[in-house]
Amino acid sequence: MALQVLWFVLWGVLWAVYFMLDGFDFGTGMLRNFLASDETEKQVALATIGPVWNGNEVWLITAGGATFAAFPLTYASLFSFLYLPMLLILFSLILRGVSVEFRGKIDTPRWRAAWDWVLAVTSFTAPLVLGLGFGNIFKGLPIAQDGYRGSFGMLFNPYGLLTAVLFIVLFLQHGAVWLALKSGGGMSERSSRLAGRLWYLVLLVAVAFLVLTGFSTKLYDNFFSHPGWLLVPVLAVAALLLVKILHARARMLGAFFSSCALIVLVVATGLVGLFPNLIPSSLDPAASLTIFNSSSGPYTLRLMSIVAAIFVPIVIVYQVLVYRFFREKTTPDSLADHSGGY
Amino acid sequence: MVVESLSRIQFASVAIFHFLFVPLTLGLSTLVAIMETMYARTGDETYLKMTRYWSRLFLVNFAVGVVTGLTLEFQFGMNWAEYSKFVGDIFGAPLAIEATVAFFLESTFIGVWMFSWKRVSRGAHAAIMWLVAFASTLSALWILLANGWMQKPRGYVISGGRAQLSDFGALIWNPYAWIKFFHVIMAAWTLAAFFVMGISAIHMLRGRNSEMVRKSFRLAAPFGLIAAVLIIVAGDLSGVQVAKFQPTKLAAMEAQWKTQSNVPFYLMALPDVRAGRNSIEALPIPGLLSFLAYHDSTATIKGLDDFPATERPPVLVTFIAFRAMVALGFLFALCALLSVIFAWTKTLETKRWFLWVMAVALVLPYLASELGWILAEIGRQPWIVYGLLKTADAYSRSITPGDVLGSLIAFLVIYGTLAAVDAFLLTRYARKVE
Repeated sequence: MALQVLWFVLWGVLWAVYFMLDGFDFGTGMLRNFLASDETEKQVALATIGPVWNGNEVWLITAGGATFAAFPLTYASLFSFLYLPMLLILFSLILRGVSVEFRGKIDTPRWRAAWDWVLAVTSFTAPLVLGLGFGNIFKGLPIAQDGYRGSFGMLFNPYGLLTAVLFIVLFLQHGAVWLALKSGGGMSERSSRLAGRLWYLVLLVAVAFLVLTGFSTKLYDNFFSHPGWLLVPVLAVAALLLVKILHARARMLGAFFSSCALIVLVVATGLVGLFPNLIPSSLDPAASLTIFNSSSGPYTLRLMSIVAAIFVPIVIVYQVLVYRFFREKTTPDSLADHSGGY
Repeated sequence: MVVESLSRIQFASVAIFHFLFVPLTLGLSTLVAIMETMYARTGDETYLKMTRYWSRLFLVNFAVGVVTGLTLEFQFGMNWAEYSKFVGDIFGAPLAIEATVAFFLESTFIGVWMFSWKRVSRGAHAAIMWLVAFASTLSALWILLANGWMQKPRGYVISGGRAQLSDFGALIWNPYAWIKFFHVIMAAWTLAAFFVMGISAIHMLRGRNSEMVRKSFRLAAPFGLIAAVLIIVAGDLSGVQVAKFQPTKLAAMEAQWKTQSNVPFYLMALPDVRAGRNSIEALPIPGLLSFLAYHDSTATIKGLDDFPATERPPVLVTFIAFRAMVALGFLFALCALLSVIFAWTKTLETKRWFLWVMAVALVLPYLASELGWILAEIGRQPWIVYGLLKTADAYSRSITPGDVLGSLIAFLVIYGTLAAVDAFLLTRYARKVE
């Protein structure tokens, strides 16, 4: 297997794991204000993501770093072409991060309410713009041989917007299942009920997305030429069904893992369709940035493969151990075990 | 041209802002780990109070450090696309390794530390903070290996108009980067020590001389002294590296216009850039500049006049940043020495004048650290990669002046607000002394 192909896979894994993990942080952030009935529940909801959100976000930083190291031309083009969206993602993530850490630092209702809203809004805008970006990448960006012809406004096309909605509903469901699993009492019940209803919305948006993908993108070409890969979207559908089945039987951990699988498989479906492009050009296929024409030299790719082969498994092992360490439900009691307080 | 200038201002702003938080994270994580280890070993409740008190300030600072670091990971692609294309093969590697090897560790375990006070033993809890301190130090190393390559590129070949990595060993064993790493870590430790001593001094001035406050000062003083002395060593070694690899930076930071041997160091000097000479030169120490640059008082130093004007960095800023940083460095060593003497002879609290000095000195390591980066980065101009790529050729072609102006204003507003909130929280938490 060519090193570029290996790195495309790893690149996809980094993004997929990022969305799988930060996805429930976003979902929790969006839903928290509406699901919590009192201050204690708000604190509990925040404390469910408290120990892990920071480690989750590093998957994005690693995805960015890996793009730089393995596909520098894509790194350079992607973030300078999508300058304003990237800026919005950064501002959202910056404010999301400080809102989690700052909201409990001063014990007045106004202070907490202000940061609660910052968290809710930025947990919405981050996946919104990420979805918008990925939708437009799937669709292709207007790259000509001599430069970029796009603008910020043209990103807001139906397909880009639908992808953004898909990201948001996926993360809403993911967060609702997470909260049902990790919080307790009334909060857990309300989250579970909401997750059950959100499932139909996810189904509706997913179907619309699959249909519009056929009209707006060339993602299906790879599936027609290599039908074996259809297994990926089929498994995605299976994961979506499993979310419903396990949720209906109140098997929340199983439903959560299914939701994780669903997010990973949705990303994988998109990336299988994209291959070997990283950013297809909507104007001229020859101007597309592919894993071959935008990659680093073989020396760097080999080196980075060795680094990734050693350290990514180590990261996965200790992050899994940390999740196991915090596997119990977050209760008002466990809030006392926290340095700063939420 | 406008995009380039605005992008430079933006990068300088976000980097300077980020580095207001990084050194305290680096230094205070180590100090808090020491405090908690003392608690684990002795069971002395004062050490627990210290750990709790300083870690609250640490965590507020840490959060802003993390989120502002996010910006820098993507700035290169956003505003410096031509640079990213040119160096991605090399520069991307240490950045990606930093995230994978160090930043994951730091971010994952700070979360564990925050939420496991009662869930693990005292010793294990202290060990987690050591892990965080180790990971943030390792993180600094990889970032400085990346920056070191921009200062002293090595282990590469130019192929197809791009720099390609040919020797990873040369990249990671770059002496320029290691000396800079040593310099940055010692600066961070100094800053954290002065932070602890400064806040403790303010408490003492206000009559809140608890055991916790006294012990904090006594612990930070020797830590600060060791670091401040080692900075002088690191600074000297850095100077030699600059002399060897970056002659234009050396000439600018010393305001050396003519090529000369046996060059004196003027204690007072002021460059007149337009006239191409120094308008003030007084109090010379014979041969010192040659000695500082090459450890040989007769050595020849190349002057700015020998370089074309297009290859000289801005002389005045580089010169002032260097002078001020060095002066502050010596001041830190002196203050730290007095701190150790007064704290250990238990005469500190009777010397109100010195407590005032240390209260004011709290901000100076911040200033010195930023001046150090201004020297390193502006002194490297007009190159973004020394000798290989000019900054003027490095900015993104697809962004407009309006884009960058808008983003710059947005950064200034958001970062300004964050700075205000952070300062407010730090002050508030610093007051809550047990």
